[in-house]
Amino acid sequence: MKDFWTRFRFNRGAVIGLVILAVVIATAIAAPFIFPTSPWKMVQRPFLPPLTQNGLPLGTDALGRDVLAGLAHGAYVSLLVGLVSTVVALAIGVPVGALAGYFVGRVDDALMRFTEFFQTIPSFALAIVLLAIFQPSLTFVIIAIAIVSWPPVARLVRGEVLSLRTREFVEAATLQGLGNAQIILRHILPNALPPIIVLASLMVAQAILLESSLSFLGLGDPNIMSWGYMIGAARTVIRTAWWLSFLPGMAILLTVLALNLIGEGLNDALNPRLTRKSE
Amino acid sequence: MLRELKFAIAATVASFVLVGPMAAQDGTPQQGGTLNVVIQPEPPGLMVGLIQNGPTQMVAGDIYESLLRYDANLQPTGQLAESWEISEDGKTYTFKLRKGVVFHDGKPFTSADVKFSMDKFLRESHSRMRTYMQHVESIETPDDHTVVFNLKQPFGPFIGIFEPGTAPMIPKHIYEGTDFANNPANNTPIGTGPFKFDEWVKGSYIHLVKNPDYYMEGKPHVDEVYYHVIPDAASRAVAYETGKVDVLPGGSIENFDVPRIRDMENTCITDKGWEYFGPLSWLWINLNNKPLDDVKVRQAMMHALDREFAKDALWNGLGKVATGPLSSSTRFYSDSTPDISYDPEKAKKLLSESSYNGETIRLLGLPYGETWQRWAEAVKQNLTEIGIKVEIVPSDVAGWNQKVSDRDFDLAFTYLYQYGDPALGVSRTYMSTNAKVGSPWNNVANYQNPEVDKMFDEAALMASPDDRAAAYKTIQDQIVSDVPNLWLLELGFPTIYRCNIKNPVNTAFGVNDGFRDVWIEKAK
Repeated sequence: MKDFWTRFRFNRGAVIGLVILAVVIATAIAAPFIFPTSPWKMVQRPFLPPLTQNGLPLGTDALGRDVLAGLAHGAYVSLLVGLVSTVVALAIGVPVGALAGYFVGRVDDALMRFTEFFQTIPSFALAIVLLAIFQPSLTFVIIAIAIVSWPPVARLVRGEVLSLRTREFVEAATLQGLGNAQIILRHILPNALPPIIVLASLMVAQAILLESSLSFLGLGDPNIMSWGYMIGAARTVIRTAWWLSFLPGMAILLTVLALNLIGEGLNDALNPRLTRKSE
Repeated sequence: MLRELKFAIAATVASFVLVGPMAAQDGTPQQGGTLNVVIQPEPPGLMVGLIQNGPTQMVAGDIYESLLRYDANLQPTGQLAESWEISEDGKTYTFKLRKGVVFHDGKPFTSADVKFSMDKFLRESHSRMRTYMQHVESIETPDDHTVVFNLKQPFGPFIGIFEPGTAPMIPKHIYEGTDFANNPANNTPIGTGPFKFDEWVKGSYIHLVKNPDYYMEGKPHVDEVYYHVIPDAASRAVAYETGKVDVLPGGSIENFDVPRIRDMENTCITDKGWEYFGPLSWLWINLNNKPLDDVKVRQAMMHALDREFAKDALWNGLGKVATGPLSSSTRFYSDSTPDISYDPEKAKKLLSESSYNGETIRLLGLPYGETWQRWAEAVKQNLTEIGIKVEIVPSDVAGWNQKVSDRDFDLAFTYLYQYGDPALGVSRTYMSTNAKVGSPWNNVANYQNPEVDKMFDEAALMASPDDRAAAYKTIQDQIVSDVPNLWLLELGFPTIYRCNIKNPVNTAFGVNDGFRDVWIEKAK
């Protein structure tokens, strides 16, 4: 663990990413306490620019709602969507990839054709279609994002498992008489974990972007204040009230950047044998 | 350098000299020019006898005409009819037609065309007209320029239906004996109006040209009209800014863009021209659902809505806060109905006395863009603040129609036209006979009040306008105290145009009434 931290710290970008993410997480947790009233509450006259009114440092939006409160509550929504949809995507992708990689042959063919079926459809378009079919609520937004983002997981896990299943320790486990389930869960997957963790951190970022894009298009849950919603609602007034799109846009940019930096740091820390070109 | 300077000074002086007299004769129409107007969305067709949606009516208002026109107070003035008379008992309407009127194909317009349009064509293909025409016993044409309508009983609103969107005059010689809906002539509409159809490039523009044989001396003033199809609201705003279009009819750009466009140079804005339609917005309340059947809950919600704020924040201060089921421009509007103004304290008190018990109310927004989305959010917040739980249900246009038709909502945004008379555009919303599931435009709330039904029936058939006014006053008081809907705003749709375009809106129909009187002041 100590080694891991030393190696992670070596990547300065990753540390910066971690700091930013910590701030975002802290904001998300603190939001209900700092801004106990709903972010939808209309508190002042509409379109107040930032830094013009005490108590409203980031101004108000088209309905006179506090932009800072919206950003804080939005942080919670973005992180929630990012994390939960990634967990769901992993829950689909890892078993599919593991089974395909371990059993090869027909099982592999069947599962991979099924995966490719999802991969041939552009993920964003598929997410839009799914949400058009379902009622856009937070649950369905998460499900839709998970459904479009598991295929890369499945392919990655399959590749890892394919290379691991021929190693000696697996053969030894087989000779010991362990069942397939135990071999996969106890011996193969733990060894395939590092790349999955790196991918997962990037998927969280991807999911946040997807949620924002969907909300921007008005396909998000209309009862939830998210960053994408804030940008979407402000885009028509971008020429008169630029800060309404700019601020949540910056929030998304920083969070996604932080997650990507962390992903790289994790990659360095978990795969010490891979030397990166930049070093 | 010096020479250039001299020239510049000379030019400035010259322009001052020129401006003087030009400005003085501001009121004299100048001939010529092209009018570029936005049309949104692209109409499905231009034959207004068959299709009556907004964009069709707008273009058709230039091509087709009716017997009358209506000023901003809904008083009739002559159009194809020179004079008209209503008998004492309110049952006989005699119209004297203007002489020398010809259709765009050169054939004369006579009383036979009026009879054909009203009795045959519109009865068959225009659902609103079919209802009105039930009151007509017979139509007589004693000579080419006289039409007599004999009514079964007095029907007050009758004098208000002779406008091109309701009663367009259709050429008998083209349509008689044909299948109206599939007549190829529908693609090249022929009317008596000031402009003739020239070309329609689907997805791009509709081009009308001046009718040189128009019966009014010197009119129309402009040579041609282009209706530009621009599918996106932001692009429409840009089209105005870049000068591609000069007139933005109500609703063509997002309300949030209005202040920016309004502040441009040489730009005028008016919310007039909607008096006949009287667009009134409200929230349907699904009275079949608990706890919305409780009048206290409904009254609480009514007092919870800050409609003044919605008007200022979302509608740029245009329009009016509604006081009840009638728009203030509609005939027989009463301004002394029970108070329904914003009063959160009163709302909380009413709610605490009511049967409301923490149920979640589903609010169906209107999928017509940003303004309506924001409005749903504001309403939700208003109701949340008095302690009602609200969930916004998103929807697209088809989904909205479906949900409202199936009564699958608790509260739903809508707005409807009133057509100048409560018997034409208001009673349909509140009569129990019009509450059948399956239409999003009838008595969707399922309001049932036999008293109101009876009064509406009687008021429509009274001969004397004074009697009608008294009856509608009682009706309005009754409906407002029952709160079957949450009335929001009389919508103020702004028409935005360059100030050198004169007279774009001068009747109760605004740009829908055609550009007969429009003229363009040339750049000085």
